[in-house]
Amino acid sequence: MLLSPAVLALNGVSFTVTLMLVLAAGFALQVVRHWDLTSGSERQLELERRTYLIATLVTWSFAAAVVSLLLFVYNAEQMATQFVGAMCATGVLNAHPLGWPTLFLKILIFFAGAAWLMLNRLDNQAPDYPLVRVKYWLLLGFLPLAALEAGVQLGYFLGLDPDVITSCCGSLFTADGDGVAATVAALDPGWSLAAMYGLGLSVLGLGTVHGWRARRGASGVGFALSGALAFAAALAAIVSCVALYVYEHPHHHCPFCILKGGHGFIGYWLYLPLFTATALSLGVGLISGWGHIPSLTAAVQADGQRFTAAALALFALFYGVATYAILTSNLTMTGVWW
Amino acid sequence: MRQFLRRQRYLIDYSLSALARRPGKHLALLLVYTLVVFLLASVMLFTQSLRREAALVLAQSPEIILQRQIAGRHDLMPAEYLDRIGRIRGVSAKYGRLWGYFYDPAVRANYTLMVPPPGSPAHGEPAPGDIVIGAGIARTRGLEVGDYLSLRSARGEPFAFRVAALLPHSTELVSTDLMLLGADDFRRFFAFPADRFTDIVLQVRNPREVRKVAEKLSLALPDTRPILREEILRTYDAVFGWRQGLVFVLMGGMVLAFVIFAWDRAAGLSGEERREIGILKSIGWETGDVLRMKFWEGAILSLTAFFLGYLLAYAHVFYLSAALFEPVLKGWAVLYPDFRPIPFVDGIQVATLFFFTVFPYTVATIVPIWRTAVTDPDAVMR
Amino acid sequence: MIELRDVKKVFNQGRGNALWAVRGVTLDLEPRQVTVFTGPSGSGKTTLLSMIGALSRPTSGRISLDGTLLSNLPERFMTQVRRRTFGFVFQRFNLIRGLTVLENVMLPAYPLAPDYGDLRRRARALLAQFGMDAKADDKVEWLSGGEAQRAAICRALINAPLILIADEPTANLDSARSRELIGLLGELQDLGKTVLVASHDPLVFESARVSRVVELRDGLLAEDA
Ligand SMILES: Nc1ncnc2c1ncn2[C@@H]1O[C@H](COP(=O)(O)OP(=O)(O)OP(=O)(O)O)[C@@H](O)[C@H]1O
Ligand SMILES: [Mg+2]
Repeated sequence: MLLSPAVLALNGVSFTVTLMLVLAAGFALQVVRHWDLTSGSERQLELERRTYLIATLVTWSFAAAVVSLLLFVYNAEQMATQFVGAMCATGVLNAHPLGWPTLFLKILIFFAGAAWLMLNRLDNQAPDYPLVRVKYWLLLGFLPLAALEAGVQLGYFLGLDPDVITSCCGSLFTADGDGVAATVAALDPGWSLAAMYGLGLSVLGLGTVHGWRARRGASGVGFALSGALAFAAALAAIVSCVALYVYEHPHHHCPFCILKGGHGFIGYWLYLPLFTATALSLGVGLISGWGHIPSLTAAVQADGQRFTAAALALFALFYGVATYAILTSNLTMTGVWW
Repeated sequence: MRQFLRRQRYLIDYSLSALARRPGKHLALLLVYTLVVFLLASVMLFTQSLRREAALVLAQSPEIILQRQIAGRHDLMPAEYLDRIGRIRGVSAKYGRLWGYFYDPAVRANYTLMVPPPGSPAHGEPAPGDIVIGAGIARTRGLEVGDYLSLRSARGEPFAFRVAALLPHSTELVSTDLMLLGADDFRRFFAFPADRFTDIVLQVRNPREVRKVAEKLSLALPDTRPILREEILRTYDAVFGWRQGLVFVLMGGMVLAFVIFAWDRAAGLSGEERREIGILKSIGWETGDVLRMKFWEGAILSLTAFFLGYLLAYAHVFYLSAALFEPVLKGWAVLYPDFRPIPFVDGIQVATLFFFTVFPYTVATIVPIWRTAVTDPDAVMR
Repeated sequence: MIELRDVKKVFNQGRGNALWAVRGVTLDLEPRQVTVFTGPSGSGKTTLLSMIGALSRPTSGRISLDGTLLSNLPERFMTQVRRRTFGFVFQRFNLIRGLTVLENVMLPAYPLAPDYGDLRRRARALLAQFGMDAKADDKVEWLSGGEAQRAAICRALINAPLILIADEPTANLDSARSRELIGLLGELQDLGKTVLVASHDPLVFESARVSRVVELRDGLLAEDA
């Protein structure tokens, strides 16, 4: 299992990323310790130059993590033929208890990395680098996450045993199973749709208000929170309801099969805007808290407005695509289910 | 946003001209880079197409094969077992098969002799004395349609078969050593007992019922072993993935050498290049601008090498039948298939290949590029 | 107005070979004048000019430009100020070989990403102003010393800086070309630019176009030493 090239690549990337972050964290630690902007010493200059290296390392780690998230899902999709009972990625993730945690960790890293890069970008706009310590301490917190992901993923691939009979989307996401997935699938589609659109309205509303008030240094935490909730509700609704419309099948609750060509790659149109918008809204929450620092006020406003606008546009795109998928489907659940 | 894109355009413009100004240095890197991509992509495309080919062939094979076992060894299947199976729900057809291997000392190769199953495509059961052979046999024995092939039977007497047809090229991977003949010829040639088959196959339409049927079979006929197509497929997948991975691990040394080479190239800037970066910094380029410019340089190189290498590998595997691997693979069998796989491109392959080539290259150059980019802006004044 | 207050610069700080190149310079420089820094080799002219031009940071002391402090800025922001405020002309011209004169002149503007057509027009106008329009599409390695230095001046002016800094601009020129160059610097003063030159060439510091001569000795102003 471990020797398939894609699996080798995934593990290689995770460990390389961890190493890169170890390097970055090492430099970050030096910076945090010795940073003194008022000094004109050569050491301070060297530290300032290190910040470029740290940012480059984190940026590449982030980029690699994003591609590895995609490759992880593709690979699970492809390995489905090697497991009894697996018809798609869901079955392969189910084949070992560490499957889903790996995926969740990858998603978490995506959000954490995006938010950190936004914070870094903000800090680089103030000549006194007021957040230097904050952001590097956060980076030190980011490192264990990457290491954990690498370890859990390795454990998952080592533990995968083709003889295990796994359950796939058909059985996993049926309403009468148990576990999180089944609970999500068993959600009343009406309610889950209502939650998705309700939280969607709240995130769009809060975002609009925030974009408008960012000029006055309003906190974006509400927006970030509603973004996170909207994300969760959207995923739940995809599993419990939207996917059914895409497949035109009243019991097929799979969050991955919608990525396939047979469904017009609509999954990408759903997930890319949703993930990016959520990451942006979380980042807005993170950066909005620093408007009180005089050298950052202007940058917080400008970045806050820009990112909020982008997040709003992407959320709107997501809801548009989801609505389109429901409206153009031949499946009718109204009347049957509610 | 417009400003951002325009800046990237300026930076790309500069890195293109920088690449063009030092063709020698970058050509060497490009060559090595392309070679690495080419080799990895060739292995990948080749094994992947073997696997696909096998899957395509297997797709036509029966869902269940039933073998008889005695003391854990494969044994001939009594014909009466066909009746003892009786009617099982979900089984749409069942029949006994006759097939076996024959060692031809003239060319020192093994042939697969087989009686075509009922309803097999294109060729019915050949007439008595006739055979249909695969391209590999035809090539090694120099046979054409109408020629006679003489083989010594199990009783030691010579048997002459007339070649009635050749098997189509498209299935050569699995049919290269195949020889189809009539049931009576088969039994006489091998002195095969009349009331036995090699094995029994069952067709099951609904894939969900396959396991149920297999369970019933092993209950009804405890001295048999059902082999499921999905299991063969699974094993194939695993074996091919594993083989491919092994080759990749072996090639890991090559990737590592390439990484060191790339590191060295990025770190060992000539005095002229160093001065150039110094000038850029002194006239107002920021460290970040230099980093981005260098990033574009790497991206241009990587993409060029990646596309070139991938296209070359594609041509190599799909148009030249992986000619470079032939000597290695030929050791496996005398009847090496002249193999023309069906071209295809696969996203997961491209992504994996990317992680084996572009990603290591990028990681290897981060620190050297950063070192270059933090050159003192006042260095050119000294 | 550029103000320097007790500016010091040490190289290889904390190591055995530490060297104080500038040891405490306090100085006010008037705008729209041609100021020449002179002094023996190793007296710290280049080091001082690079600190004034925001190419490097003083080890201690303050440098401010029209009231804003430059000396404490991190490199990223120093560069942002520098590329809009200062233009540089170097002793060894420092043009990038293999590129044309026009491309060299446009280079400092790349990170600012102006409209491409605009930038070309500006660069051509500058080249014409310095009598270099015929050479615009030639490679820089074909230029004579005088032409190369004029191309370098055009490059220094592409971002319309207020202050031009020239380090030994005449060192690689014969006396006729040197006089011509001093004339050009004088013209820039007439256009409202502040010109700072480091030179120990008498042709330069004895020229009539020079408004002020500052002499350095061992990293200090000669008057303080
Ligand atoms: N990067 C450096 N590292 C160590 N020492 C340096 C460095 N740059 C300059 N110096 C030293 O600082 C002193 C002053 O140098 P600087 O170049 O400023 O002198 P200068 O007045 O410009 O001389 P010249 O007329 O020869 O150009 C010299 O002794 C020089 O060796
Ligand atoms: Mg000097």
